[in-house]
Amino acid sequence: MAEIRLERISKTYAGGKAPAARDVSLAVADGEFMVLLGPSGCGKTTLLRMLAGLEYPDTGRITIGDREVTDLPPRQREIAMVFQSYAVFPHMTVFDNVAFGLRMRKQPADQIKPRVERAAELLQLEPYLGRYPSQLSGGQRQRVAVARAIVMEPSVLLMDEPLSNLDALLRLQFRAELKKLVQDIKTTTVYVTHDQVEALSLGDRIAVMRQGEIVQVAEPMVVYDRPTTEFVGSFIGNPPMNFLRGSVSRDNGHARVTIGSEALTAPTALAEAVGDNVLVGIRAENIEARAEAPSGGANGAGHALAGETVVVEPLGSHLLITAAIGGQQLKVVTRTDFPTGPGRPIWLYPEEDKIRWLRPDTGAAVQV
Amino acid sequence: MAVADTPQTLPPGAVQATDILPRTAARRKGPVRWPLYVAAILITLFLLLPIYLITIAALSPRAAVNDFPKSLVPRELSLETLLFFLNSRGVVASAWNSVMVGVITLVLSLVIGTPAGYALARFAFRGRDAFKILILTTRAFPIVILSIPLAVTFIQWGLYDTILAVALVHTALALPTTVLITSSIFVSVPRDVEEAALTLGCTPVGAFLRIALPLALPGLAAASLFTFVLSWNEVFAAAILTVSQRTLPAQVFTSLGDSPLPFRFAGGFALIVPSLVFIFFIRRYLFNMWGRVVR
Ligand SMILES: Nc1ncnc2c1ncn2[C@@H]1O[C@H](COP(=O)(O)OP(=O)(O)O)[C@@H](O)[C@H]1O
Ligand SMILES: [Mg+2]
Repeated sequence: MAEIRLERISKTYAGGKAPAARDVSLAVADGEFMVLLGPSGCGKTTLLRMLAGLEYPDTGRITIGDREVTDLPPRQREIAMVFQSYAVFPHMTVFDNVAFGLRMRKQPADQIKPRVERAAELLQLEPYLGRYPSQLSGGQRQRVAVARAIVMEPSVLLMDEPLSNLDALLRLQFRAELKKLVQDIKTTTVYVTHDQVEALSLGDRIAVMRQGEIVQVAEPMVVYDRPTTEFVGSFIGNPPMNFLRGSVSRDNGHARVTIGSEALTAPTALAEAVGDNVLVGIRAENIEARAEAPSGGANGAGHALAGETVVVEPLGSHLLITAAIGGQQLKVVTRTDFPTGPGRPIWLYPEEDKIRWLRPDTGAAVQV
Repeated sequence: MAVADTPQTLPPGAVQATDILPRTAARRKGPVRWPLYVAAILITLFLLLPIYLITIAALSPRAAVNDFPKSLVPRELSLETLLFFLNSRGVVASAWNSVMVGVITLVLSLVIGTPAGYALARFAFRGRDAFKILILTTRAFPIVILSIPLAVTFIQWGLYDTILAVALVHTALALPTTVLITSSIFVSVPRDVEEAALTLGCTPVGAFLRIALPLALPGLAAASLFTFVLSWNEVFAAAILTVSQRTLPAQVFTSLGDSPLPFRFAGGFALIVPSLVFIFFIRRYLFNMWGRVVR
């Protein structure tokens, strides 16, 4: 067990056009489960491989525990890694696969057997110890890869999209198992995925990456509720966060944001930005929809945005409604009995404290 | 109509190409298929018929060689011709020489060629492509032209008329192909299994020896088969570089002019059989390893 510190890591591959990592700094606490999340090609694997020692940074420092490991080869880092492709040894039995690392570390044979058996038990591999990987299913091979890593009792466990090659049902099942396993062994873990659901469900914290940079590091619910950029908001969540373009104006001393013909009360922090454009971020489930016009005239409407239903998609547990407001579209989640249909008017009430206000030029959040 | 997923461990290039050919052919219907079969049968006959005739002649009594017209079915099986061949002067000794030369060639070309092939497969070093072409151009030198200066050099070194001299030349002949074949074998060994070994405590050399090499073994076996057969069948260098230490082909070749017909057939048979046996055994090894069909 150990904490990990990445300090100002940069890396450009030979022949690579853009850097795969730019000035990345990240601290992972002892025993923490950190998820690196980002779209394909954003540099997650590169970062993980630099942690493993399979790739070396151009500049920057990596420390694991109290040792600097920046230039150490993988075998001296006390890490274990689970590869996306499993990377089990096809010419060895499951037992030999799991025992491989212990043998390389010259553990006495009488200690290897019980440790391998315990790891196999944790991953329900006992019936298969004598088999070759070719005689296993994809899910079982991935279990072998995980067992082979945890049997080492590493300081740091690295996993590169370990679930991405499994079919959907298996993935769901193994995800929960993996979460329990890592909670039990309490090893510091860095887990790479491009699947935001996986990231939300597994991580103690999530580091969202884009184009070689870390954009936001926070607990899953914070990343979900309070994305610091438009990118994070639209990458995480299904459906992605809605972003509406508006402009800031002043009305009776209050800041207001006008979206087409509609208006929202804006936080006072925005008052100095009168005349500027702003992005209004709100999640589909944080909008209340009503089918009738609010009573009490325009001012009594408060935060109501009047619009029109465009598409209604029944999704079993709820309806996903696409509505148009002042020429912009947004998604709203309602109960299945919500009375609406294409072309019918709809009134939307975004939850005030769930709204994110972002600068449209930089995509960065306005601190409220 | 997507072609099914091929496992990642499949060797690239040749294997996949041969894999795709029959499948696409099988998918087509009607008149497109039979010319393929006719061509295949003709080519097979072209290759097998001489082998068959030689085999029959070698297994018939000596007198039957001069029979005319030839029948395709042997009238009488006998070891007489073969025994006559084996008892001829120098045959057994030269066969033994051939085996030795083949084994030395095989070991040398694997020991030298495997690391080179591995480097070509794994490292993007400067001049890699130039190196590949250079390797191939060595094959452009005709052995006929090389043999005389080589003979002179070997006389100076005191290696002339030794098994080692022949093995060295055969190694030189085999190396380009060995390097290119082994490099394509290592390309097909996934890199991340080696990297997994590195993270589990191996040094790079350890990861190569424990992971990449065993995984490449079926392919390397095929490459050695190729090398051995190349050495076994090579006549020219062997004939020029030796006088008393003849290899079997050199022995048969040099005594071809003044030996009776049955001797020639038996000699041909003796040259073919080891290759076939070798192929047969290695083939089984190639097809089924670690409980999995490798092809
Ligand atoms: N070995 C390599 N050589 C050159 N470029 C690479 C190499 N590996 C990755 N890259 C590039 O670096 C960037 C980041 O890749 P990667 O870390 O694999 O992203 P991710 O894992 O997030 O999908 C990509 O643009 C990719 O094309
Ligand atoms: Mg990746």
